[in-house]
Parts: sequence; structure tokens; C-alpha cells
Amino acid sequence: MKPASFKYVAAASVDHALSLKAEHGDDAKFLAGGQSLMPAMNFRLAQPAVLIDINEIADLTGIRRSAAATRVGPVTRYRALQRDAAFARDFALIGEALPHIAHPQIRNRGTIGGNLAHADPASELPAIALALGARFHARTATQERWIEASDFFVGALTTDLQPDEMLVDIELLLPKPRTGCCFMEIARRRGDFAIVGVAAMMTLGERDECTDVRLAFCGVGETPIDASSAAEVLVGGTPTEAAIRDVAASMQGMIDPGGSVHATADYQRHIAGVLTERALRTAHQRVRDGR
Amino acid sequence: MDGDFHDITLSVNGKQYRRRVESRLLLSDFIRHDLALAGTHVGCEHGVCGACTVLLDGQPIRSCLMLAVQARNHEISTVEGLTDKDGEYHPLQQAMHDHHGLQCGYCTPGILMTMTAFLDENPSPTEDDVREALSGNLCRCTGYQNIVDAVMTAAMRTRSR
Amino acid sequence: MSTRTFGEPVKRNEDRRLLTGQALFIDDIELPGMLHVAFLRSQVAHAKIVSIDVSSALKRSGVVAAFVAGDLGDYWQQGPLLVPPPPIAGIVFHQRTQVPLAKDKVRHVGEPLVIVIAESRYIAEDALDDIDVELEPLPAVVDLEKGLAHGSALVHDDVGSNVSAHVRQTKGNYAAAAAKADQIIKRRFLYEHGISSPIETRGVVAQWDKRANQMTIWDTTQAPVFVRNGLAGMLGLNERQVRVIAPFVGGGFGPKIMMFYPEEVLLPWVSMKLNRPVKWIEDRLEHFFATTHERGQIHDAEIALTRDGRILGIKDVFLHDGGAYDPYGLTVPINSQCTLLGPYVVPNYDSTFTQVFTNLPTVTPYRGAGRQHGVFVMERLLDFAARELKIDPAEIRRKNLIPPEAFPYKNEIIYQDFQPLEYDSGNYEPVLDMALEAIGYKAFREEQVAARLQGRHIGIGLACYVEGTGIGPYEGAKVQVQSNGKVSVATGIGTQGQGHFTVFAQIAADQLGVAVGDVDVVTGDTDQFYWGAGTFASRGAVVAGNAVNEASKVVRKKALKLASDLFECAEEDLVIEDGKVSIVGVPGKFVKLGDLARQANPMRGAVQPGTEPGLESTQYFGPKMGATANGVHAMIIEMDPRTFDLKILKYVVVHDCGTVINPMILAGQIHGGVAQGIGNAFYEKLVFDDQGQLLNASLADYLLPTALEVPRMELGHTVTTSPLNPMGIKGAGEAGAIPGGPLFAQAIEDALDLKGRGVELLEIPLSPSRLFELTRNAQR
Repeated sequence: MKPASFKYVAAASVDHALSLKAEHGDDAKFLAGGQSLMPAMNFRLAQPAVLIDINEIADLTGIRRSAAATRVGPVTRYRALQRDAAFARDFALIGEALPHIAHPQIRNRGTIGGNLAHADPASELPAIALALGARFHARTATQERWIEASDFFVGALTTDLQPDEMLVDIELLLPKPRTGCCFMEIARRRGDFAIVGVAAMMTLGERDECTDVRLAFCGVGETPIDASSAAEVLVGGTPTEAAIRDVAASMQGMIDPGGSVHATADYQRHIAGVLTERALRTAHQRVRDGR
Repeated sequence: MDGDFHDITLSVNGKQYRRRVESRLLLSDFIRHDLALAGTHVGCEHGVCGACTVLLDGQPIRSCLMLAVQARNHEISTVEGLTDKDGEYHPLQQAMHDHHGLQCGYCTPGILMTMTAFLDENPSPTEDDVREALSGNLCRCTGYQNIVDAVMTAAMRTRSR
Repeated sequence: MSTRTFGEPVKRNEDRRLLTGQALFIDDIELPGMLHVAFLRSQVAHAKIVSIDVSSALKRSGVVAAFVAGDLGDYWQQGPLLVPPPPIAGIVFHQRTQVPLAKDKVRHVGEPLVIVIAESRYIAEDALDDIDVELEPLPAVVDLEKGLAHGSALVHDDVGSNVSAHVRQTKGNYAAAAAKADQIIKRRFLYEHGISSPIETRGVVAQWDKRANQMTIWDTTQAPVFVRNGLAGMLGLNERQVRVIAPFVGGGFGPKIMMFYPEEVLLPWVSMKLNRPVKWIEDRLEHFFATTHERGQIHDAEIALTRDGRILGIKDVFLHDGGAYDPYGLTVPINSQCTLLGPYVVPNYDSTFTQVFTNLPTVTPYRGAGRQHGVFVMERLLDFAARELKIDPAEIRRKNLIPPEAFPYKNEIIYQDFQPLEYDSGNYEPVLDMALEAIGYKAFREEQVAARLQGRHIGIGLACYVEGTGIGPYEGAKVQVQSNGKVSVATGIGTQGQGHFTVFAQIAADQLGVAVGDVDVVTGDTDQFYWGAGTFASRGAVVAGNAVNEASKVVRKKALKLASDLFECAEEDLVIEDGKVSIVGVPGKFVKLGDLARQANPMRGAVQPGTEPGLESTQYFGPKMGATANGVHAMIIEMDPRTFDLKILKYVVVHDCGTVINPMILAGQIHGGVAQGIGNAFYEKLVFDDQGQLLNASLADYLLPTALEVPRMELGHTVTTSPLNPMGIKGAGEAGAIPGGPLFAQAIEDALDLKGRGVELLEIPLSPSRLFELTRNAQR
């Protein structure tokens, strides 16, 4: 399965990449890690006329920490995220999800920005971005804007990025103090696309009452689903087993999984409920354990 | 339509090459056919089976998911570079032989590249660590058990050297 | 015969080339002027071909030619029938074999329409988009029962139905037995096997040399001799003008013995037409359609028993999905039919099957070759009987095992080698006992209770099976001592990882007193060995191995005779070892084997009339029937009762394949087979829609087990030698793959206490989602 012909340009800078994208629009695609784009091209499901390689642009990689937020360059490889101890500690959700993303060989090349811009409905990082309330910096040759995660993922394999835009930075807000996080997924084999994945965060106050809950899913809709509202009922009280089970049940009503060759929609809905219970329980336990 | 061609220079197994490649030429095809290093094998061309795994600047990657032109100025390592200059086996090659870790041998080069890099970073793995590291390489012949044993043996032998 | 290496875990001769990336696989072949091939394949499962226009493709720069069926003239023919129907009374068989390029009609997704030849595979694939194909889709036959119903679309219109074959075999009188039974268990079972999916796909390289008048074909085939014979005939060449070489092949597992694939038939023709070498390498996407499958059967089966669990008889009526064509005859369903009987005494048997044409890729044997389906039915019937009769599942099996004094055991019905099914030897109870001991069967129930108290759901499974192996017709081998003292062995079968380069070397080395590393084995090259059938049906070591043994014995005899003449002593006073023939007790008086070989090929002088030169011999071995191996698998799993995720905690195989040549290579075969059995039972499923489209045609969605899904396996073995060959060996290639299905079904039922919830597992493959669906309405 060989790709169709295209013109290849190794962009030297962000401006260079953006001017090329402005020129070619949808006929051009950015090549980051290539771990999603190249299979599509080898199957000839994607046939861009122009491929803009952004791997050599130093400005697009790296992790920059500040007091309230961390900014990650989109071409930062999964491997780099896994090996950055501070990052894995600050963003435990991502640290916990990374071993589920494919295999080491893929993680040595694949990038966080590539993953987010590809917006596969079963992909873990978009759901985590929703849970964390991430923001994405998009630029064109002449303009720029910040996009909230909740506005970024608009459909299966579709983001709000316009034909002349590129994702140039990703901002992740640090979870508040006393927040326990848990990412879980069910897949047929480790590294396969999630049948259902859940990112859960629970914040406790001084009296160990729940002050905030975030809940987001992958695999159960065309886009990642923010189901935090289903967990709002936990806020203000001490999360009990029964309360967590109720959250799981009401969350199941908020999702509309499509099923796949690997799982029926009902199984996905069922699993989403099971994972909700387990992830919330674990997040709660972790914050109590001080993790 | 004429192809889009690029001149590249790269290093493979320590040797410099200079070639002209079409932009769409996959790195796997380049290594196998342009450089005649046919030890790297192709199994799926969509990044799942791992047979095409080579090292890019020391790290295992799927050569079927990379374009040859992207390898410009990088260092590629393939299975042909594993034996030392006297033709002596790398410890993992020896261990694979000792443990019958290969049958048809088609997935073997990809596994060797993946697991030699893994052992360089993980000199004392557990069996679970090994299986996890190996899970990105499909084998249809061996059921993996002897490969796992070979990796554990290679690790032990390397530690005791 | 010295047994220095026979039975030893000798390390493999072939490893160095494979470990260093120096072994020649088909895509490694580069020939000057070589062109590359791609096929335009049908995207629909069933359609009339209205028109095909390749003119735009021919205009593309780098495209050399493009051919459709009409361009082949008389060369276009239906492929030969490889395996005729066995001599069974009343058999119905409609032969409809595959064609090189579809003409008039396409019958499955992936059937080739056009062959394109270009300067590179990249350009050839570009050209596929240039081709204009007009197809008139027809309803696709996918469901077996609907395919047999009145009014169904027909895969082959001239057959008048979708019946490819109908066979009934009986033994004794089931109806009479059932009438006397205390218990009858009747169920419908669905068993689907998957695809072989070796890591190396198929490939063909053809080189017609007009000046040498010679055709060389490299082919990832398991049967180079038959490919040579067939293609020579088709091409109008003498067999001697055609050389077929199976290089190193990256996994076979059965579908690489199917012949004559369209690509095998077309590449040589194209090479002759264009007078250039041509190469076709199947890509992974093509492999899902262009290489044969094994798929599913629907069984309506019943078992009649006495109240103490003795089998009185079995009746089974099943449908077998044969795919669009039936070149392989009835091998797969006959294997199902015969292997169902297993290691048990089944005095009465009535088995009927209908092989159905469908608009899906052709079905031919894949490791297990239909045995899985039969074993699933029998083992499940026994499990349900055990439940009803309140007998332990291991005990109901033990009770029915064929006793050791009953061999050779005649099962009467006709097997895939056209002989009445007869088990040559076996001792089944010790195998069962070893497996029960190894899995910890007695202690398990307590462990299960203790685990439950901790909220863990563990379960156990047990399955027994026999495997018919080592069938004829024959194989041959040429063994030759060369003047440098090394031994060369050539045989006609091919090798796809089974260790032939070592196993055959061990056999020759032991007879000729040389080191295993000094024996060079050639397989799969028709110029090096002319005759043979191929590597399939777990027969390589048995049949070719015995041929190597016979030829080695003759060479040994020749060497001793020559040396005895040389030393003027009796042959009994001589010993061969370390590559030398010497007089017993006088090690200083020796002659090297290589020198003997040289002396046996004098440049001048006279020889006795009738003398054959050299130290070589060609011998053939054909067993009068297949030898029966057997085994028991046992497994403990843990299940997550909410997600239905499954983890294998322990997996045991106890196996009897007679005398073992190389236990290390044997273990490797079992490991690999078990991995495929696990894949078949719980991970691999071909998902077709009702229009015959395969929805999961990629390795991302057709799930092969990885190192995280295949556990550590514990192996044990017993030996009952086969009386059918001088080495006493039986085949082992398929054993690991056979009983995975019933093993998983049982263990899952046990772990989740499905019996208590009124749920039975009657189908394979299973998955967490499927288990959820099957249990959701059950009592908790």
C-alpha cells in the first residue's frame, strides 16, 4: 500500500509552515509524527497534494512550565512526555494514559499535537484535554486565536482548525491542589484504540468534601464527551459508593456510543458506567492517599 | 505527472549514503531496495506489525510510517548493523539462537531492533516489562515465550559481563 | 543407528541467516529490468462485469501494460481441482474453481479484475485509479442458511443452487443408539476460524529467460513441486524448463499451499509476454481478500449417552462456508467431520454436511484445517452432558477414551487422505492425567471458592483432541556426501519456519556420523529435488523426515561397503562417527567420508557394471495412512465480571506426537499453535456485512494476539510411537491451534458461573462485548 504522489516541503519555521498552508489550504496537510497520517496515506484514504513536514521546527517542541499552566509544543513526542517526570506528575491523567497509546515505537514518533489535531473519537488525549480544560493556540500566517478544548473537537476526525490554521501550542492548566486523577480505558489489546476511556478528576476541600469533579470520555461519541455535569451531584458532599454509582447511571444517559466491529453500543455504554465508577473511586482514593 | 525528488544524505549503520529519493518513497522501501539492506522486513505498511522497526537516532520507530526524505541527516540502525565488525552476534541475537526465539524469522529483525534498544535503556527488566516492550511486534510463529526468555537471558548475560 | 542428536534440542542451522537479516525472502529478490505488478480488485462481493477500460492507465508514465481476462486468450482457464472429493457413497460435489482474472462476474471482494505492470509498485497503484470499471452489483450470498434457501442469489448460476458439496458419512446406527439412550444433548453451535495472517504476505517473482528457454519462479508456496508441474502445463513448457523456488517464507500455516492463485498463474505469463522479470508482493490489505481464509460452520449436533456418561452415538448436521470457489475439495469439512470423533469411543455416528458457496474469499485449510470446528462440537457436547448427568467434565472424558489396547482403532468413515479413518496408536489416559496434574485440577475447586471470597472470578477449562497427521501421498529426499565431507540433503517440500534445515540435518547427521552443522539442507527448490507434495497437514517431519532417513541409511550402507572394500574387513567391524569411517578399536585406521565420496566418483578407470557413482541416494517414503497424534489442553483464567476482560493465568499442553526429533522445535510449534488458538477463540474475528464487505481489513482491527495476550505455556509430552514409519514419529504442526475454542468456552462459563445463570456458550470467537450481550438478560 503505497501513498499517492505529493509535493513535500520541510518547513524551516512556523511562519514558513503557515505561509505554505495559506497557499494550499485543504490541499496541504501538516506532517508531524506521521503515526496517524502515514497509515491513512499508505491506505490512500488521505491523498494531500502537499505535505508540510513540521518535525524540524524547534519552536514547536518542548514543555514550558509556569506557575499556573504548562505549555506543550504540538510536535512534542509522547516519549518526551513520558520521560519528563515533572510533567507526568503534574498531569497524572496524561501520564496514566500514555502507556495505552499504541506501542513504544509509535510513541517515539507520535506527537501530542498530531493526536489532538487528528481528533480520533477513540483517542485518549482529546478526552483528557477536555477534563483538564486545555486551551489550544492556533495561528494562521496573519492571525492567531486561542480555542477552548470544549470548542476544539467538533466531529469525528474534525477539529475547529480552519484550512489555513495550525495548532502551535497547547496550554494545560495544572489541576488544583488536592485533586486526585484517574485515567482508565478498556481496549481489546493494550495499545489498541479505546473501546471506552474515561478521565476523572476529583478535588476535595478542607473537610474532605468534594469541591469539583471532572469527567470526560473517549470512544463514546463522534467527539470526546465532557460528562462532568453528570458528576455535579457529588459536589458539596462526601462521595459515597452509592453516589458514585448514581453518577455512573446518569452519565450513561448522556452518551450515544456508535458501536464498532469490536463492541456493541450497549457494551460501550455499560463499560462507560463501570469505568466511571472505578475511575471516580480511584481518583477519590488517590487524593485521600495524597497522590 | 513527474515525481517530487529530493537529495538526501544520511547515515545507516554508521555508513554515509547520498541518494535522490522521490518524496513519497517510504523509509522501509528505501532501506530495503535503494540501499539493498533487505534485513528489515515489511509486514503491513500501517504501523501495526512492527516487522519494519529500525532505530532512528537510537530509538525504535516504524520505518513504514516514515518517508525516506525525512531521514535526511539522521542516523538509522538496522539489523545488519547488530553484529560487531568480526561478525559476532549481539547478545540478544545469541540469546535468540539459544532459546529458539525465531521460527520463520520474518518478524525477527523488527524484534531485534526493538528489544536491543529496550535493553539498552532497561538492563534489568522483569518478564512483564519485556512482554510490554514486545507487545508492539507481532509474531505469528513463536507464541512469544522463547523470545521473552531470550530477552531475559540477554539482559542477564549483559549485566554479568 | 546412533542417536546422538535425535531427540536432542539441537539449535537451528538456519538461525544465523535469519538473525542477521541475510535470509532471502521473496521481496528481497531484485532482478535487472524487473517490473512491478498491482491488481485492480473488485470492491463488491457479487456483480456482473459490464465493462473495464484500461486505456487511461496505459497512458500513465511508467506503466508498461495492463491486462484483463480477455487478453489471456486460451491461457484463461479455471484452475485445477487440487483435491478431488473422497470416495464416499452418495457424495454431491460441484467443482467450481478460481480463474486468473474475473470474466463476466466477480464473486468476492478482492477478486482480481485487471493486472497492471509498471516500473514500480507505487506507479502500478497509481494506475489502478485510472482504470474505469463498470460493475452491476448483485445481492451477495453471505449467510449460509439464506444462501441455501429458495430464491437466494446464486454464486455460480449454472450450479442451480449454492451447494458446493453434500456429504453424509455414517458408522453404526445412530437412530437405534439414540432410542436406547438415557440422555440426549442437542445444541446448535457456531464456530468460526479466522485467517492465517502470517507476518509475511504472499508474493511471486517470475523471470522468463527467452535465450535460456527457462522460466524461474520464486513463490511463497508451501508446495513448489506441484506449482511447477501445473504452471509448466499451463504455459506449454516442459517441467524441466520451469524452476520453482520457495525461498525463506515468513510463515505459511496452510493458505500458502493453496494453488493456483491468480497471481501465480499470471506472473509467469506476463513475464513471457513482456520478456521481462516481474514481481508481485501482496500487501497487507490485499492479504485479507486475495489469500484464502478458513471461516465458519453451523452445527446442529446431538449426543446420546447412557446415564453414567458413556457415549452411545453422535449425530451432526452442519453447514460449511466454502467461499466463492472450491479448488480444495472437501478437505476442511471432512476434517471437521472426522476429527469430531476425537479420542473417544463413538460406536455410532451420523454426520452430514453441506459445503455452501458464498460471495466471500475461498476457504482452504488454515492450521487445524477444520479440526477446530469438530473438536468444539464434541467437547461442548461432553461438557453439557457432564452437567446434565452430574459427572465431572474430566471424568466424562476419561470414561469415553479409546483404551490403549484398542489400537489400531478403526473409525471407519473416510478421512482427508481418502482412507478409512484409523488411529494407528495412542495411549490417551496418561495424557489426560498429566494435564490434570499440571493444571492442578483437584485443588482448583477450593482455589476457586477462595478466590470468589476475594471477589475474583477464576475458571478452568479442559479439552481433548486427536490430530490426524503425516498423511501421504509421499515425499522424497536426496542425501549426498560431498567430497569436502559435508552432507547435502534436498527434499521437495518447502519450509516456513518449522526448522527443517535442522530437523532433517539431525536425521542425516545421526545416520552418517557427522555434525548437524555439517549437513546442508535444501528445501523448496524444484531444480534441487524434483518430486513431492508439499508442507501441509502436519506431515513435513513425518513424511519428508522419513524419506531423509531412508536415503541416509542407504548412503550409510554405501559408505560402509566402500570402506570395508578399502580396509578389506567386514562391515560389522566398522564404525562411522565424526565424519570418519574407522575400524572398531583401531581409531588410527580411518577414512574420511569426504574421501570416500571422492573415491566413489573416479575420474578414470573402470567400475563394476550397475555401480552408482558417489555417496548419494534418493529415497521416497509414503505412509499407508496418517498417524494420529493427540493432546489435552487445560487452562485457568480470571475474568472481570463487569467488563468481561479475560486474563489467562495458566496454560498447559500435554501432547503425544510419537518419537520426537527435536524437542525444542516441537515446543516452538506448540507455542505458536496455542497463540493462534487463543487468537481464534477470543481475539480474531472476520466481520463481514451483509453485502460481503469485510469491515475490519487491517491489523489494527483484525486482532492478532501479542506478547501480552499469549501467556507462558507449560508443556508436557508422552510418547506412543507410530507403527506407520520407521522413526515412529507423528506430526505436530497444528496441535497447539486445535482446542482453544472449547477451552475458552468452558473456562469462561466456569469463571462467570454461567451455568447457574442459564447461559451456555455455543459459539467461537468470543469477546468481552459478545459475552456482555450473551449474559445481559440472564439471571444474576
